[in-house]
Amino acid sequence: MSALAEAPASKAPRRITSWHLLLNNRLATAGLVLLGLIALLILLVPILPLPDPDATAPADRLKPLLTAGHLLGTDQLGRDILSRLLWGTRISIAVGFAATLIAALIGSAIGIVAGYAGGRTDNAMMRGIDMLMAFPYILLALAIVAALGPGLMNALYAIAVVNIPFFARNVRGVTLGYVHREFVDAARLSGKGNLSIILTEVLPNVLPVIIITMSTTAGWMILETAGLSFLGLGAQPPQADLGSMLGEGRAQLFTAPHVSIVPGVMIFFIVISLNVLGDGVRDVLDPRLRSGALARPGPVTEVASGRAMPANAVADAALSMAGLETGFRRGGAVVPAVCGVSLHVKPGECLGLIGESGSGKSVTALSVMGLVASPPGLICNGAVYLGNEDVLAMPETRLIASRGSRVAYVFQDPLTTLHPMYPVGRQVEEAIAAHQSIGAAACRERAVALLDKVGIPEARERAKHYPHQLSGGQRQRVGIAMALANDPDVIVADEPTTALDVTVQARILELLRDLQRERGMALLFITHDFGVVSEICDRVAVMKDGEIVETGETRAVLANPQHAYTKRLIACVPELGTGERFLERVAGLFAGGKEQAS
Amino acid sequence: MTVSAIQIRDLSKTFGGGRSLLGKARHEVRAVKSVSLDVASGETLAVVGESGSGKSTLARMLVGLEAPTAGSLMIGGKDAGALRREGPRAFGKMIQYVFQDPVASLNPRKTIRDILDTPLKLLCGYEAARRTARMRELLDAVQMPEDTLTRYPHEFSGGQAQRIAIARALAAEAEIIVLDEPVSALDVSVQAQVLLLLRDLKVRFGLSYLFISHDLAVVEAISDRVAVMYFGEVVETAPAARLFANPGHAYTQRLVASAPRIRRE
Repeated sequence: MSALAEAPASKAPRRITSWHLLLNNRLATAGLVLLGLIALLILLVPILPLPDPDATAPADRLKPLLTAGHLLGTDQLGRDILSRLLWGTRISIAVGFAATLIAALIGSAIGIVAGYAGGRTDNAMMRGIDMLMAFPYILLALAIVAALGPGLMNALYAIAVVNIPFFARNVRGVTLGYVHREFVDAARLSGKGNLSIILTEVLPNVLPVIIITMSTTAGWMILETAGLSFLGLGAQPPQADLGSMLGEGRAQLFTAPHVSIVPGVMIFFIVISLNVLGDGVRDVLDPRLRSGALARPGPVTEVASGRAMPANAVADAALSMAGLETGFRRGGAVVPAVCGVSLHVKPGECLGLIGESGSGKSVTALSVMGLVASPPGLICNGAVYLGNEDVLAMPETRLIASRGSRVAYVFQDPLTTLHPMYPVGRQVEEAIAAHQSIGAAACRERAVALLDKVGIPEARERAKHYPHQLSGGQRQRVGIAMALANDPDVIVADEPTTALDVTVQARILELLRDLQRERGMALLFITHDFGVVSEICDRVAVMKDGEIVETGETRAVLANPQHAYTKRLIACVPELGTGERFLERVAGLFAGGKEQAS
Repeated sequence: MTVSAIQIRDLSKTFGGGRSLLGKARHEVRAVKSVSLDVASGETLAVVGESGSGKSTLARMLVGLEAPTAGSLMIGGKDAGALRREGPRAFGKMIQYVFQDPVASLNPRKTIRDILDTPLKLLCGYEAARRTARMRELLDAVQMPEDTLTRYPHEFSGGQAQRIAIARALAAEAEIIVLDEPVSALDVSVQAQVLLLLRDLKVRFGLSYLFISHDLAVVEAISDRVAVMYFGEVVETAPAARLFANPGHAYTQRLVASAPRIRRE
């Protein structure tokens, strides 16, 4: 409910932050200011007291810069360069932007239809686009202008056509990602037709990509317009545009360099300002970049310098956390995720850490080896003892060396944690080689032995397979083999069976339990499933909103939970054999508490 | 029993197959193999099975998102092929679908009002004033506050988003609802509340459910009968209580044995 109350308040400032984000990027701001100045100038051109750009005066030809009456001098026909420059910039920018708009409109339409329709339509459209792309762009533009005849409008069409594939390909790629999303199916079931789905469901999601592509290609288009005019295929004399000014000045490059340098500098300013601004716009609009993909996290989570370091309470524990507090920096404040967690696991013991989503269990697990991405992560207080050594006080190199050798992790989805391009055997070898200097052949033997140990049949053959050739259960076995590679004291397993089917889950739990008993390892097992906890854990800690509310022997906690939250959580777990009585039980639990329905 | 809500006879779905241009046989996947099922009006039939067993393909065929390769499908006494020819609206009025991932099933760039408005306008053909009134009723039925309408999907938790998705399915006024793992992505306490809501709505609006899940305990709590799917085939169908107490097929036995249980001793 509190989330509901806060939501509208945070909505208004969000729109401003997009703008702020853009202004925070200094390069983009510089580009914006420069572009704004140029835009202002060319808008004011008709009312500025400028001489006629096309009026020739052979007597005044090739005057240098800063001549009285001609601030930027005159060209080979005595025309005022400043006037021609401003009028020319106006035309170049207009043509460039018009071409961008046309290319974006046609290209995006092709891309969205091809991506949405798929199959033969997609194939036919994209092969057409491929043909367009196969020509060098300037050659294609030349061919189009040659066919239509030289002139500014024809140059505009040529540039637009040349750039259609760029938009079509980008937009098709993004559309493909949305077409198979569930909300599109849902819209179809709500009675929407294809056109309506394209326009109202897919287009709003694709639009940011179209804008990003436009902002990054506009500069390029202006350059291409100038290129065609330079070759004499765009603006025709006496009309000035930046490309034709460059072309005309070329002959005087050695006697009067300013005639070509001035339009050259203008092109440079326009294109560079558009490009840096385009990059800035992309950073703001692209949700992936916005969520911090550009911020490079450090190798170790940042630890607050003045943190409280409680002493190790359990001396014989393999891993012990004391008063651990981890948060995330947002703006100036630190939003806490883990608030004063103290836990310990002894050798040969399995501790279950259970909680609902957002309770902070994964952040706790990652804090152990300083794996929380920083920025924005920050360990504010507390200590993590491995044996008797505080992990958070270790020098960086030693902490990194301890990862995998003393504490190893097994993650939820083995498909995303295994590298798709390497055979699984090689990935296990890599895990061994990271901490042990043994020969390649010995390493390979160890890897095969490990894969065999975790129950992969025909391990020697399977080691050559890629992750996608293995089933989900086998992939998780490979993940466990990698964790075991260096005989760690502690294994942290973060929801290792959540992505698996129940029959496979049962076998993986059995494997983990056997390995743990055999090797006397400590196992910190994170899950949201009480059934799994009862299968594998000796002790269990229940986590809620970043705090541990209850700890104890698994059986005792499950049979006789002390904390109200634990009681409620256990009561909500459906069990086989309860049948319809389950809903009666739950109904009693939530009766009178309808405002809690969330 | 009057008319069955859903009647499936020898329904099959094959992906791929056929021959390529050079006459080479393409790889073919038989996702659903000759399945026959009945859902009586007012009944909850659960379909359980592991990933890849064809549950979701079966569900997508039922709501017309996928065309069957062979077999017949009757929804509310009407042939699905005929419904399909009438277009998406005819299908939407007979049967609705609730997706597994509630947040993904709501368009991130639309307000809840836009999302609920579509089925009311296109499927029921109500005018603006009646649509607004109906939206309020629907939100009330799924126990969401009225200011939900002006919000965007990302502002809701998983459980709230699933309530909204259920409201959208109800908006079509279809009496048959296919629920594809509707509570798998939710935390246990939220899962229990959504199950409770589903039971209440069924009684209140006289709905029939086809409930797909991999969680046997959830299935046992909500369903009247259970069909077990294994590699595209229905291997066993029985009343829920009987099936879990005394599973007949070897695969069902394995499934029941593997289900994690809370041991209190």
